[in-house]
Amino acid sequence: MDIYLLEAIINGILLGGVLALLALGLNLIFGVIDVVWICYADIVMCGMYAIYFLYTQYGLPLPLAFAIAIAGVAGLGVLIHLLIIAPVLNSAPLNQLLATGGLLFFLQSFATLLFGTDFRNIGVRLPVLEIATIYVSFARLIAFAVALTGAVALYFFLKRTYVGTAIRAIAQDREIVGLMGIDQRRIYLVVSAIGGALAGLAACLLALQYDVHPFIGNTFGPVIFMICVLGGLGNMIGGFIASFVISQIIAIGGYYASTELSYVLAFTFFIVLMLIRPRGLFAP
Amino acid sequence: MLSLAAISAGYGSFQALFGVSLEVARGEAIGVIGPNGAGKTTLMRVISGIIPMREGAMTLDGRSIGGLPAHRVVEQGIAHVPENRRLFPRLSVEENLRIGAFLPAARTRFSEQLDWVYSLFPRLRDRRTQLAGTMSGGEQQMCAIARALMSRPKVLLMDEPSAGLAPIVVHQVFDLVRRIRAEGLTVLIVEQNVQQVLDVVDRAYLLEVGTIKLSGTAAELKDNSLIRTAYMGL
Repeated sequence: MDIYLLEAIINGILLGGVLALLALGLNLIFGVIDVVWICYADIVMCGMYAIYFLYTQYGLPLPLAFAIAIAGVAGLGVLIHLLIIAPVLNSAPLNQLLATGGLLFFLQSFATLLFGTDFRNIGVRLPVLEIATIYVSFARLIAFAVALTGAVALYFFLKRTYVGTAIRAIAQDREIVGLMGIDQRRIYLVVSAIGGALAGLAACLLALQYDVHPFIGNTFGPVIFMICVLGGLGNMIGGFIASFVISQIIAIGGYYASTELSYVLAFTFFIVLMLIRPRGLFAP
Repeated sequence: MLSLAAISAGYGSFQALFGVSLEVARGEAIGVIGPNGAGKTTLMRVISGIIPMREGAMTLDGRSIGGLPAHRVVEQGIAHVPENRRLFPRLSVEENLRIGAFLPAARTRFSEQLDWVYSLFPRLRDRRTQLAGTMSGGEQQMCAIARALMSRPKVLLMDEPSAGLAPIVVHQVFDLVRRIRAEGLTVLIVEQNVQQVLDVVDRAYLLEVGTIKLSGTAAELKDNSLIRTAYMGL
């Protein structure tokens, strides 16, 4: 097998990890609260700016900057729920979409106003590893490992704890969870915080690889939505698998054609699949 | 122990209950019977706080529970087995039971309570890892009752536990109700299956178009000519 193709496939898998993390967060929020955070990729952008300033301007150690960013974006998730989602919780889905869509433009414009359109990099250079003549970026390897660890931790949280079980229950029958002593509003806050924390974690992993600018959300936001719909909105396992399907199409497409064309391929695949299986790859 | 005084409730502009009063004493089993649309389910939902009452007063052991949201009512010791069971279909039987023990007080005695409901319903122990939605109707009803018992309630509300079940299973469900009574629980049960419910309760109320039309001991109601002709087909 062509060594460059193999390299592309490996990079595709590594990219899939971070996409999967974001798909999990978005699916969790949709599955439980039944709203789509259109602005999800843009709170990742906020996290990346936080890391950039804490690390390069305020000189905090990188792990501390990461921890603050994760906690900060988790808090941002709670704020989004309280200020934007809660008031429109019983409104038509279109209104909810417009509310979080409005926040997307707000965050992008606000970031432009505050930080300008410069591309900023935290300037951490991690080595490129050579494993059996294949070159793999260490930053991507870390991102993949951390994303996978995050996904596994989320799995055990949802599977093993009372709150995690309640989160799964609420997604199955919203109306009667109160009868079990579960306060729906509290669970929504917990889920918004987890969704935010996952976006914060993704911000850490992306800050190691990419420059931050106000519109960075646009580069991966649409891909994440495509992944979630492909896997079936709200279906966490479906979204997880779809992340790797899409990242492979992007990676292999990039190898045979170009990166730009690979996104065209991925979205074409998505459109065709929606015609065949409108409810997602893994719909029952 | 549970007391309702002149409760009114409804949905939007539709009023379902008009000044309903009833009393349940400790250890008693009380039935609420009546036709479809009489407001029986609404009554249960008002007690457990799923829908708010509009007028009236509701107390448990002398403490007001009127106006509390559902998750606070459970804390006070009222558990509700909802109409159509409403299990979480893609959670396992044991996960459903764990959700039933969500309250902090119930969590601390989870394994003890689990042993108790498994001893009441041994079938559930065999099915503990099965997804709740894949069980038979009777087993699901068993699981729904067990889930409610996990919070160790003082009062158990049961909404049409026999609905949609085969006649032989209906019989088993009423046996379950007897077993729960034997455990000393206070039970308020809503049923359309009048003949069988009057065999397990001490007293019953007849609810028609949102008002209590009749009440009495089970024996009295069994002899009542209105009940016999309209509800028992005798």
